[in-house]
Amino acid sequence: MSQRSALMGPALRMGGLVLALILLIVVGVATAGERFWSTGNLITVLSLAAVTGVVSIGMTFVITSGGIDLSVGAVVGLASVWASTLATQYAAEDYGWWVIPVTALAVGLVAGLINGLLVAYGKMPAFMATLAMLAAARGLAEIIAGRQTQIVDVEPFFDVFQARPLGVPTIVWIFVVVAAAGWFLLNRTTFGRRTVAVGGNPEASRLAGIKIKRHTLYLYGLAGLTAGIGAVILLARTTAGSSTHGTLLELDVIAAVVVGGTLLAGGRGTITGTVLGVLIFSTLTNVFVLNNLDSSVQAIAKGAIIVGAVLLQQWFASRERVSTT
Amino acid sequence: MVDVDPSGVEQPLLRMRGIVKEFPGARALDGVDLEVRPGEVHCLLGQNGAGKSTLIKTLAGAHQPTAGEILIDEEPVVIANPVAALRLGIATIYQELDVVDGLTVAENIYLGHELATGGVSRRSEAARNTRKILDRLGHKEISPHREVGSLPAAGKQIVQLARALSRDARVVIMDEPSAVLDSEEVGNLHRIVRELTADGVAVVYISHRLEEIRQLGDRITVLKDGRTVAESLVVADTPTKELIQLMTGRTVEYAFPDRPGVAEDAEPVLEVEDLGLGTVFSDVSLTVRAGEIVGLAGLVGSGRSEILETIYGARRATSGTVRVGGKRLRPGVVDAAVAAGIGLCPEERKSQGLLLDEPVYRNITLSTFSRIARGGLLDEGAERAAAREQVEALDLRPAGVDRNARTLSGGNQQKALLARWLVHGCRVLLLDEPTRGVDVGARSEIYNLIRRLADDGAAVIVVSSEIPEVLGLADRVLVISDGKAVHEGPAREIDEHAVLDLVMEGSVA
Repeated sequence: MSQRSALMGPALRMGGLVLALILLIVVGVATAGERFWSTGNLITVLSLAAVTGVVSIGMTFVITSGGIDLSVGAVVGLASVWASTLATQYAAEDYGWWVIPVTALAVGLVAGLINGLLVAYGKMPAFMATLAMLAAARGLAEIIAGRQTQIVDVEPFFDVFQARPLGVPTIVWIFVVVAAAGWFLLNRTTFGRRTVAVGGNPEASRLAGIKIKRHTLYLYGLAGLTAGIGAVILLARTTAGSSTHGTLLELDVIAAVVVGGTLLAGGRGTITGTVLGVLIFSTLTNVFVLNNLDSSVQAIAKGAIIVGAVLLQQWFASRERVSTT
Repeated sequence: MVDVDPSGVEQPLLRMRGIVKEFPGARALDGVDLEVRPGEVHCLLGQNGAGKSTLIKTLAGAHQPTAGEILIDEEPVVIANPVAALRLGIATIYQELDVVDGLTVAENIYLGHELATGGVSRRSEAARNTRKILDRLGHKEISPHREVGSLPAAGKQIVQLARALSRDARVVIMDEPSAVLDSEEVGNLHRIVRELTADGVAVVYISHRLEEIRQLGDRITVLKDGRTVAESLVVADTPTKELIQLMTGRTVEYAFPDRPGVAEDAEPVLEVEDLGLGTVFSDVSLTVRAGEIVGLAGLVGSGRSEILETIYGARRATSGTVRVGGKRLRPGVVDAAVAAGIGLCPEERKSQGLLLDEPVYRNITLSTFSRIARGGLLDEGAERAAAREQVEALDLRPAGVDRNARTLSGGNQQKALLARWLVHGCRVLLLDEPTRGVDVGARSEIYNLIRRLADDGAAVIVVSSEIPEVLGLADRVLVISDGKAVHEGPAREIDEHAVLDLVMEGSVA
């Protein structure tokens, strides 16, 4: 009996998210008809969801471990700028298009590892360490870019990242691949198990012999890496690097992860939930845009979704406690 | 109902009868009786985990009893929440000193019942009253406008007491108030407690310091395993030794497994030399051979658990060395200890041992899932199989490995932790209070299990507050008192009384 209810909990939660998404789609079809329900629009929704989506995968790991990373938006900005400087672009002309994405990924990874060092070894609260990184990364991005938008002019880069294999843009494929890899990493590898264990009970994990400091370092590195990937997607979509890229992205990302069912306190994480959370928010935006509704109203709807989802989660959690005892 | 008892004995102010408190998977209180009279200092005595804090929280309105009755002035009452407790005149001073550091003394004292007119606080009146209360407590020197964060622990305690008095408390519950104080401050605290009781306030006083209870207490109630084992003993008529026996002794006799004896040529597996941890303990040396169980006996606060945790690297030793199989361990590094083959079953199973919302098998394989995995890929099938094997061998119930650890009883949670190290394969096993919170029936099972582990070649150290447990289970015993090993010898050659004498000598010295 209790085994069944333990399994039903997550299924119910996912069911709720799927239901919310279907509801949004129904509203979209009812209000915008063909303009909403078309392959073109669907791909637009996914393309616009790609940056938040990819970064949310990394954030899911950090939050599952009981941490938080406020710097991802600023790191996306910094990585986009660094990967689109004239120097980087010349190097890309000389050596190949891959210089741009590799630069973005490296910048993201290093920023993430610095976060990780501060949190794991400097024993700083994650909130403060990553808040400091948010400020510093944004500032550094402004210095590098001189507050200018840096147009990318490397054709081979766009040949790859603006291509549409099987009719779907590369950036959507990147989202799909990162999500699948994230799911695998969280559910099927020792890295994922450690993440859940550290989030569920750091002291017990430490006493069981898990190297929690090193693992924490890796987790923030991973979050930074996904921010780097997010920067590549933004460069491909907007054809420019800018120090304002990713502004307030961290809030959308955290909202998507938590609405998806990952516990902010750590110990439970779900990639499927995160993807659904991302899709719910991007579909919501799309429905509002198609209906020419005020973006302020959209913000209110977003707030309502966050509140509703968290209240529901808490209700599920308390019910689970009772049913398993 | 306010008749004076014809026998002349004062009517109790507070009475608890048959209090039971059940938590999911555990029975924290299992029939507690307590009777407190006005103007007395009633001491509550018991080991960690005996149920004292649950009892306090029940009185403070933080927990609702599952069964039983609370009476005030012989009238049954329901203490639905902390505010209700205060309204009934019950004030609680927690060990953690729950004051708001950023507020002033007066603001803290009137927290929750601010003196205000239409939302505007009457600051001067609050300050005046605060001054009056502090004066009564003999602490005129504390200004009502001082920020509480700048006060030392003793001062914060005074603020909490003042808060209780501002509520006209009739019963003040103090949870180990002297633990955070130095000896001079303790003297002052005792003076205040005596003044309170002279005014007719009843004080329920919790302390591990037996000499303190002797100085201060009027009557004593002893808790053990969530039950009252002795009610309202008169302090003056009860020898300290009897008290310790009540706390640590057995109510039921257990069957301990046979001791086959350790072979003369058994190799020393764990060698601890002159280990020390700041002021907590020092100069601890011990050797445990393969197949041997060494017990550490001592009272709460003697440093027993800290010794285990330091051997394990969970605390960083300030002096001395730990060797496993002749190889020196890096101090303060748990994963090095685990890699060397040491396992620890910690004292606080829930907070230090288990992932409560994860399935049993993942708890069992927490130290080994990386090893079971291939190239970083989890093999949950093999994990389940390894866990299932241990679950069957240890008779862990219920047997399903997919239910959450939270749903297991204390004894079965302990088995899950033992199973973790069985899967891992340990040369040294450190067990801190292995039968804490384990019900009577499951204890013998745990004992047999520990002995079997030793027979299979493990070197085992057991820490327990229950002296008969240490003596019955271990081959050799170290008696720890005040951070020092005061005796070492075969368990057979010492009895409970001798251990108690040693413990008391040590704590008096």
